[in-house]
Amino acid sequence: MKYYAYYPGCSMEATGAPVEKAIHAIAKPLDIELMELEDWTCCGSSPFSGVDKVKAMAITARVLAQAEKTGLDLVTPCSSCYTILREANELMKEDHKLAWQVHEALVSVGLSYNGTVNIRHIVEVIYNDVGLEALAAKVKRPLTGLKVACYHGCQQVRPDYGFDDSELPNWLDNIAKSLGAEPVNFPLKARCCGSSLVISETGMAIDLIHKLLQNAQDNGAQCVLSTTCPLCHTALDAYQSQVNSRFKTKYNLPVLAVSQFIAIALGLDEKAAALDYNVVSPKKLLAPYFSGKASLAKAESAT
Amino acid sequence: MINGKTTFLNEVASIPACDKINECVQCGVCSGSCTTAEHWEYPPRKIIAMVRAGMKDEVLNSNSIWYCVSCYLCTARCPRNIKPANIMHALEAIALKEGYKPPTKTTTMYRSFANSIEKNGRIYEFGFMLDYFFKTNPFAALKMLPLALSLLTHKRMPLLPKSVKGKDQLNKIFHNITTGGSR
Repeated sequence: MKYYAYYPGCSMEATGAPVEKAIHAIAKPLDIELMELEDWTCCGSSPFSGVDKVKAMAITARVLAQAEKTGLDLVTPCSSCYTILREANELMKEDHKLAWQVHEALVSVGLSYNGTVNIRHIVEVIYNDVGLEALAAKVKRPLTGLKVACYHGCQQVRPDYGFDDSELPNWLDNIAKSLGAEPVNFPLKARCCGSSLVISETGMAIDLIHKLLQNAQDNGAQCVLSTTCPLCHTALDAYQSQVNSRFKTKYNLPVLAVSQFIAIALGLDEKAAALDYNVVSPKKLLAPYFSGKASLAKAESAT
Repeated sequence: MINGKTTFLNEVASIPACDKINECVQCGVCSGSCTTAEHWEYPPRKIIAMVRAGMKDEVLNSNSIWYCVSCYLCTARCPRNIKPANIMHALEAIALKEGYKPPTKTTTMYRSFANSIEKNGRIYEFGFMLDYFFKTNPFAALKMLPLALSLLTHKRMPLLPKSVKGKDQLNKIFHNITTGGSR
């Protein structure tokens, strides 16, 4: 069993519910223990940097200070939290004036941060710490033949923190393969879904989401396997009907977070995989795997 | 400070992560990479040139910078490592602080977002959206109603905020920064 400090991020309490519930369901079978930080607050995300950079970094530092007390690696599933936490960590090492301002603010509430936290994305933990071989060995319900478009999103790989390739990543593709699924070619796999502006520039974001769905479907994907970022997942899943009404399209492409995918492949039930929380229901697509028909079909085609 | 003068350029360069703006070689990789460049009146490369030329009002009255979706494609590709995305957010912060009124609703969205954090400690998505639509166009909220309802029925839109103890600590941190502990 490996232990990690866990920072879910605000969206996981609302729109990210399916992603989050599945993460908790797969943690134990994957031999990882995610210990949620007590009384955590928002990381500030990118909008706060557009309001006040120093304040933004100070509230990020509160999270880092709490995590440092645990002495464990800090894991987050949200790509936006991941990028902001890493940025604050690096900036405070480079910019001494900022570091001092943040330090004084933390000290005023009895906290301190010494810059020692190792910040990690949960996809990277699954990839490197659990490992693909161990993951494949735990598969009880192989997703054989399922054609998936692996959507990595933007902030999981950018700016370049050495996590996979920043332009054409393939870690999710490799995870999908180890679960038995077939990743399709998906050139837009690391392009942005526009989530950060989906409230104020809805049309612009819907346009970006449309391009992603189109690219996935045109390449033969039956569903999207998205990263654990709750913003990516919600954009592609919940906003699909808005894409359809704006572009007169008929997308009905289930969007499963990689945590949901792993939950299904590990043989967990629909509830553990939080399938009821998806707006575009993946149940019809997955029914053959739950009834065992998919593995039967595979056995027949093999003989 | 660059050359000891408080110019617009110096103001931008003094914001964390923006100190390399003078090293930009105007290659245009940022504009060519930008996810939303088609919407920008002045694309990122041009904004950087305008900041260096001291065109403060033109930059801060334009809605260009507000189209940055923080995808960091420009930043990952920039050959001079000047972090264009961070510069855009720094410009947004200056525009808000100095009372510029660019033609965009994103200014209001960012304020609602920041208010939600200050009030609740965490983003309370439902309240943040209500606040934003109330301040911009309550009728536009009607268009979002089907989406809100589908999230609600899929148990993804709690109607009440969570009570977070850490928010008091957070507000003390804000207060310390605002009153300038070290400045």
